[in-house]
Amino acid sequence: MSGGRPPGEPRRVAYLYLLPAFAVYAVFLLYPIGRAVQLSLYDWDGLSLGRWVGLDNYLAIVADEGLRAAFGHALVLVVFYAAAPLAIGLGLAAILNHAKVRGLGFFRTVVFLPQVVAMVVVAVAWRRVYAPDGTLNTLLGALGLDSLTRGWLGDYTFALPAVGVVGTWFESGLVTVLLLAGMSRIPGELYEAARLDGAGAVREFFAVTLPSVRGEIAVALTLTVIAALRTFDLVYVTTRGGPGDSTSVPSYEVYHRAFGLSQIGSAAAIGVTLTVVIFVISFGINRFADRRVS
Amino acid sequence: MISRGERVANYVILSVFAAFTLFPIVTILGAALGPADSGGTSGLGNFAAAWEIGRFDTYLRTSLAVSSFVVVVSVVLSILSGYAFGTMRFRGQSVLFYLFMLGIMMPSEAIAVPLYFDLRSLGLIDTFWSVALPQVALSVAFGTFWMRAYFRASNRAIVEAARIDGASTWRILWQVLVPPARPAVVTLTVLVFMWTWNEFLIPLIMVTSESLRTAPLGLAFFQGQYTSGFTLLAAGSVIVATPVVIFYLFLQRHFVRGLLQGAVRE
Repeated sequence: MSGGRPPGEPRRVAYLYLLPAFAVYAVFLLYPIGRAVQLSLYDWDGLSLGRWVGLDNYLAIVADEGLRAAFGHALVLVVFYAAAPLAIGLGLAAILNHAKVRGLGFFRTVVFLPQVVAMVVVAVAWRRVYAPDGTLNTLLGALGLDSLTRGWLGDYTFALPAVGVVGTWFESGLVTVLLLAGMSRIPGELYEAARLDGAGAVREFFAVTLPSVRGEIAVALTLTVIAALRTFDLVYVTTRGGPGDSTSVPSYEVYHRAFGLSQIGSAAAIGVTLTVVIFVISFGINRFADRRVS
Repeated sequence: MISRGERVANYVILSVFAAFTLFPIVTILGAALGPADSGGTSGLGNFAAAWEIGRFDTYLRTSLAVSSFVVVVSVVLSILSGYAFGTMRFRGQSVLFYLFMLGIMMPSEAIAVPLYFDLRSLGLIDTFWSVALPQVALSVAFGTFWMRAYFRASNRAIVEAARIDGASTWRILWQVLVPPARPAVVTLTVLVFMWTWNEFLIPLIMVTSESLRTAPLGLAFFQGQYTSGFTLLAAGSVIVATPVVIFYLFLQRHFVRGLLQGAVRE
């Protein structure tokens, strides 16, 4: 992004090239986000006249137990979507990078596959896995663990972790592939130097591998944390926020409040808050990565 | 250098993880190819039955129309805006660029609600445009960023030479810069196609008539209505996933590179 001025003297014609993209962008993205901020300051049911309530909708996010829970659930999902895949991805990428494994191409294709399949399809597949007569319970039965079987998505304790595991499944391959791309660029001399210093595999990992992929880690965390905070399709198809509100998340609340409960102002406030949280986290992660590099 | 035990351990770990990844995929493929729980069909016949009962022909047609429109329009607009940002200097350049950057991180959850009510008052709800145009806006932000990076790195000497020959900016773009940009444009096309094909929230909110349902939306409704077994639902899922999976298998290198460079979106 920085350094190097673009070539070419000042050109007014640039505005003409920008205009079509900017027009669509302004009408369908900038204007709506402005309207979202405006709507979030009203109590509005979508039909009658709205009532100005100032920051009440935002205060409710802190005060309302259900809403607080939704944001709390999003944080739990961050652990499943971002932290677990990072740990898994670091391990797998280190193995793949270190050992000359046969079938690397096949493995890479397989673990990345979840990323390209529509989330609705993913959700349908996992509903089947988690169903009372589904494949997970069949597997547990075959292992003699019948006592553990249950309807996973209907269970107050296990529904949120069950949704989270889908996120782990979904993001681990992406993180692995990103980290593997970074690790394959580490020059071999660094490892040789570490070896000469008497470093074992573990110290080598922490002294050479980990610092070298800091940029990729930042990218992976940005992508996965945002995906966790935005979880919608998965919750919509698998649990609709239930049982009770044990799997409700902010983006589902946006939809549910706007189109289920006709609380447009509250929905807009949640949407705006979610946007701000995503901005802050993205900038935070990237600032952190930049500072550590320099 | 690597001991035999370590090698075996590595393969075991990788196999376990590959199995974890494939488990739900095999579950759904197995169900789709198995005997229908309602009887009648089995194997490939399930796909024909799902196609008919689930009306996936309609949904796929809508998805194809929306995705083609979003891909073509947003790629062309992104080439134009990326060209301006990448090769020209003008007043307000950085402010405008940061405005576009905001769109890369913007979740569709934030804009969908106000868009629904504004488009409703304009009578545009439940039209092709209400599904396609918001997605063009979301894609153009990333596309501008993507093409700008490409054009900034392009060969300046050739551009200067063409300019001295009296070529217009329009001709320089399409005859000098775009032809060698094909890999960058292909990557952008694939990513935008994937995002548009898989988008769920915007079609869910904007569309009520069945003929305008996209494939993922149709599948979600099919799940709600078709409760008498899993076979046809599984077959429908496979139908919805297949176009993007085929794209991916052909162009997987581009996918990964695109995701690396466009890291802030999604």
